[in-house]
Amino acid sequence: MHGRVRASYHPNHEEFVTDTITHLGWLPQEPDWAMRLEQARKLEPAAALRSFAQLANFGIDFIQTTRLDRAVQRIATYPGILPSMRGSIRLALLGSCTLTHLIAGIRIGALRRGLWVDVYEGPYGTYRQELQDPSSGLHAFRPDVLLMSLDAHHLVDTEGASVELALSNIRECWKLAKQSLRCTIIQQAILPVFRPILGNNEHRYLRSPLTLVTKLNESLRPLADEEGIHVLAVDTAAARDGITQWHDEGLWHRSKQEIHPRVLDVYGDQVGRLLAAIRGQSYKCLVLDLDNTLWGGVIGDDGLAGIAVGQGSVLGEAHLAFQRYALELSRRGILLAVCSKNDEANALEVFDRHPEMLLRRKHISCFVANWEDKASNLRQIARRLNIGTDSLVFADDNPFERNLVRQELPEVAVPELPEDPAGFAACIAAAGYFEGLNITNEDQERLNQYRANTERELLRDSTTDMGAYLQSLRMELHCGPFDPIGLPRIVQLINKTNQYNLMTRRYTDAEVQAVMADPSALHLQCRLQDRFGDNGVIAIVIGRLDAERNLVIDTWLMSCRVLGRQVEAATLTVIAKRAGAMGASALIGSFRPSPKNEMVRDHYQKLGFDELGKKDGDTKWILPLDRFRAAAVPVTVLEGFI
Amino acid sequence: MISTEQIYQRLTEIFHEIFDDQSIVPTPEMTADDVPEWDSLNHINLIVAIEARFKIKFKSTELESLRNVGHLVELIEKKLNAPPRG
Repeated sequence: MHGRVRASYHPNHEEFVTDTITHLGWLPQEPDWAMRLEQARKLEPAAALRSFAQLANFGIDFIQTTRLDRAVQRIATYPGILPSMRGSIRLALLGSCTLTHLIAGIRIGALRRGLWVDVYEGPYGTYRQELQDPSSGLHAFRPDVLLMSLDAHHLVDTEGASVELALSNIRECWKLAKQSLRCTIIQQAILPVFRPILGNNEHRYLRSPLTLVTKLNESLRPLADEEGIHVLAVDTAAARDGITQWHDEGLWHRSKQEIHPRVLDVYGDQVGRLLAAIRGQSYKCLVLDLDNTLWGGVIGDDGLAGIAVGQGSVLGEAHLAFQRYALELSRRGILLAVCSKNDEANALEVFDRHPEMLLRRKHISCFVANWEDKASNLRQIARRLNIGTDSLVFADDNPFERNLVRQELPEVAVPELPEDPAGFAACIAAAGYFEGLNITNEDQERLNQYRANTERELLRDSTTDMGAYLQSLRMELHCGPFDPIGLPRIVQLINKTNQYNLMTRRYTDAEVQAVMADPSALHLQCRLQDRFGDNGVIAIVIGRLDAERNLVIDTWLMSCRVLGRQVEAATLTVIAKRAGAMGASALIGSFRPSPKNEMVRDHYQKLGFDELGKKDGDTKWILPLDRFRAAAVPVTVLEGFI
Repeated sequence: MISTEQIYQRLTEIFHEIFDDQSIVPTPEMTADDVPEWDSLNHINLIVAIEARFKIKFKSTELESLRNVGHLVELIEKKLNAPPRG
């Protein structure tokens, strides 16, 4: 389905067998999901339900979905659990074949969005009687929403079947439902389950069941619009995933399940997002990271000419395609915002001056580029746009930022973007965050209102608990001297890093090798790992012991990716230790301003150095080693490089 | 080659997932009558789950003639260990 399904051919079997491990590819994986489910069961009902809703927001398959639903149903009768939900809906499911297996998918699809759904399933194959008979279970149930799920065989695979007959049957159902139930109606499109009889030009054979389904689906939509009825587009979903994923003829013969249980999670999520949209619960704003999300590369380091966006490179085209998708959402009435760790001037320059950018400043309703944590910035964006944080979708390539936001602001939707930017748009589209029922003038109007409000306010005090989050990352900093294997990466970092770079001193390959051979030199490369994986080499330090036994730091640079994670303080403890072992009595560091490194002006001051003075624009700092006390940091420092 | 024991091990996990009961231990003689939760709907769920988790596909005729868990395991084993045709 979306993303991670791969078809594999088993030579001993007649058919393709598909790996259906993950359908909900935009949701993060949780290896301890089963364990967390068992823990949640032990909680008191209201807390258990909140945990279940969280567990619904991981990438689970149809088996897990059914299992989770069973756990939820066990506490369903407890009074007092519903107030913890955003809303509840009474949904009646009427159809002409077996639908029971889909109910778990629907309930979990809704729970994922904080909605509690009570489902009534009509007795097998009696949908007309249920609608006609005022004493039926359906009428007693008094649904808020009726979902009509009629199967293709029932509608068109009989002698004398026609589009007109099928349509009049469906319209009669709508009429009955409107008269007696006065509820919202969802009509499921017809699944094209049939084999072609003519072939490529199947449409010329009017009696073909497949042609009838195609025509029925075409006619259904304008009629539904006239009648104010919403369509559940399973035909579109099956076209995307492959009809053989959705329907299995053998299973149809065995159990009359038109929709295969293996897609009940996908089906249920489609229903869930439609129910949320009916309740007016849709996301309103797509918040975009910049570096490696809207373009390839880091603007602060790579510069305007160095980032990948636009025609000419595969990477540039992929990012451009993502911009195009965002722009299409914006035209439809979805707000766009930017939330980036960057100097604002650098970031804005790309929007104003890069010739290949599709997104321009005028498309962005709220632009936030600074070095604060992203959870605080998202709160700020929501405040400025006067919407709730539960209206935000946050697209960022960096797992660190994604998980920080998930932890701090669980109500913000954070898609698990694939590593390849070519899949960004598909990932966000598959998630259905912006499910809409109509295009209104109001949507277009809203954009203009928000754009008028572009003045920047100061960030309010953040309430993000960074300390707890950093602790939870289990960061390990592996530090070691330069080595031949790491040499190319070390040289690259020294010559490419512009922002977190105290002196912006460049070294050639040969010069770095000379440092390695110099016994009075301290050289350090640091690799950061955390529970999300390996961040690679993120810090480089070069220093030299002078005649007064000062260790003079001539190069200290770090990757902006690890900013705000106290890695600089952890690195300092290693520098101090090694300098001490070399016989140094103090550390001396300098800051040399460049157009790009404003962010490290206070680097040494924050680390407890004293200012020695200014000379030719450089600021010089000292830290006597006998005074140095290692700060408590949420980073485990490990000597030895891996 | 996957062993019978390994199949039982993975099958046990699937039983726990489908029947939502951590105490079930599938044995060769076990049938649907021995598990209260093993109704017709859960039977379909079980078969589909086995197909998905083992990445195999049953024929309709094979499913019609299933006698007990031991028979089911034999079928799985046969499908997983059959030499590639060719």
